[in-house]
Amino acid sequence: MRLADTLGFAWQVVRGYRARTLLILLAMGIGVAAVVAVSSIGEGARLYVVNQFGSLGTHLVVVLPGRSETAGAMPGVLIGKTPRDLTIEDALALKRSPAIRRLAPLIVGAGDVRVGARNRETPVLGSTSELMDIRHMAMAQGQFLPPGDPRHSQPVCVVGAKVATELFAGRSALGEWLRVGDRRFRVVGILATQGESLGFNTDEIVIVPLAAAQALFNTEALFRILVEAKSREQIAIAQSDIEEILRERHEGKREVTVITQDAVLATFDRILRALTLAVGGLAAISLAVAGILIMNVMLISVTQRRHEIGLLKALGATGANIRLMFFTEAVLLALGGALLGLAVGKLGQLFIGQLFPSIPFTAPWWAVIAAPLTAIGTAVLFSVAPARRAARLDPVRALSKR
Amino acid sequence: MIRLSGIERVFRVGEEEVHALRGIELEIARGEYLSLMGPSGSGKSTLLNVIGLLDRPNAGRYELDGRDVTGLDDDELSRARREKMGFVFQFFHLVARLTAAQNIELPMVLAGIEPGERKQRLARLLSAYGLEARAHHRPDQLSGGQCQRVAIARAMSMGPSVILADEPTGNLDRHTGQEVMAVLERVHHGGGSLVLVTHDPEIGARAQRRLRMVDGAIVGDERG
Repeated sequence: MRLADTLGFAWQVVRGYRARTLLILLAMGIGVAAVVAVSSIGEGARLYVVNQFGSLGTHLVVVLPGRSETAGAMPGVLIGKTPRDLTIEDALALKRSPAIRRLAPLIVGAGDVRVGARNRETPVLGSTSELMDIRHMAMAQGQFLPPGDPRHSQPVCVVGAKVATELFAGRSALGEWLRVGDRRFRVVGILATQGESLGFNTDEIVIVPLAAAQALFNTEALFRILVEAKSREQIAIAQSDIEEILRERHEGKREVTVITQDAVLATFDRILRALTLAVGGLAAISLAVAGILIMNVMLISVTQRRHEIGLLKALGATGANIRLMFFTEAVLLALGGALLGLAVGKLGQLFIGQLFPSIPFTAPWWAVIAAPLTAIGTAVLFSVAPARRAARLDPVRALSKR
Repeated sequence: MIRLSGIERVFRVGEEEVHALRGIELEIARGEYLSLMGPSGSGKSTLLNVIGLLDRPNAGRYELDGRDVTGLDDDELSRARREKMGFVFQFFHLVARLTAAQNIELPMVLAGIEPGERKQRLARLLSAYGLEARAHHRPDQLSGGQCQRVAIARAMSMGPSVILADEPTGNLDRHTGQEVMAVLERVHHGGGSLVLVTHDPEIGARAQRRLRMVDGAIVGDERG
């Protein structure tokens, strides 16, 4: 029997038994759609997190005080017990490394920010002019902190968009004075709206020069040093240089933790990928259920079509012919179901995408390939038994008069 | 061309053994027209099935066109049926979802014959059995006589050497039955052998050679 004829014959059967075909298409479709939709939600979450980290800046290396064996945890989550503080001198010493393009020491605290009678509590960041480039910040108005020696400071600050509107209520904040704690700062710049990054909403922060923050919070200790390597390849060199320089300065003790963005990213990437695979796998169980349904329907179909199968054998169909007919039928049904499922899954993904526009829902390539393949695989697997039963039918008994 | 010797066929029905065929000795020459008659359960359908390679005897030897076909496996039997046998059944056994033309084409499709060749043979068969106007009708849109003509055309599509008809008129009224018999006999005049199982003495009497069976054995063999 020619392949085209086998296909044609199976097509006739699929078209001939409408209700049965619809039922199987539905079961297969739901299975495939579930895999696609669920895995695209997982993949969306992964991409969302990866993008969030990406907004940290490229080639970023974070130095935090205290030693931790944890290779990749989120900065800010890690609480290291500090034997000795990280200082501005430490930060400046790092500039010796040729792999480092720029760096920004960072102090973080909460400050009571007031303008006249208005006041609000906001995170206050103390840093240098280089923070802007390292963190890819953009200005809506004015300038960022002026460059200069980080040990001395001018009384200037940069505020987030929301802080500016809330404290200055409609007036232009640029050039105005505000008060953080007991110190006065002139607003030289307003940050463009960027949203969440590194655990802060940049719309709601005030950035002051490093030395001012030290005085404000009465501390010499740095919270972090953000370092930007010259290139992706130099990240590892920068990391070992940092460890080397700081060990030298801390009498040979390794008292800092150096986190590369790559390591953090890779960890999140791994976790979320595994999660996506897991939920995708759960959804794939529905494909197995669909497979069992196919087997059931096919077994019924063998019984219903006993006469036809007997007739085909009498007319010269071999066992292989009959088995192939049943497999082809199953594959056609699975293929139809898979296409239907992909379409429905895609629609579902678009629909969820409308509800949560900030999360990039996309079905991962492996799900789009694996779901239909699994569907076809199960269809063939579960039609083995019915096909064998059909092929073994005795033509005389199959044709006998009812 | 068909030579059966010492054919036995035993069915097991629960504990009991039923001898459907006992010691059948039969030779059928090429182009012979033969009817098989006998009471119900006399084994005539079983003999027809054995001749048609649908059923295997428990003992004995079957030679078809000089070849021993007794020991063939299922697939070899399928291929032999495809090449040599044409079946016509009492209940027509047409595939309900296929058109008349598709039903006639079925054995050629199973045999893997090229579509071009199939179309030519199909056109010839449709015109030979007066079915051109009905080619694209499904069996439920055809009369009984038309259905049986489709079945005969289907049986003839592979140019078989034997046509086996099991009560071909059993499901038709008298007039249509006569028509169908005329069509079958035309097939026989074309050169093939025709083996007919029937209850109807009038139909059976039309054959040149008439076998009578009782209890699985051939008890009469008349010619002329």
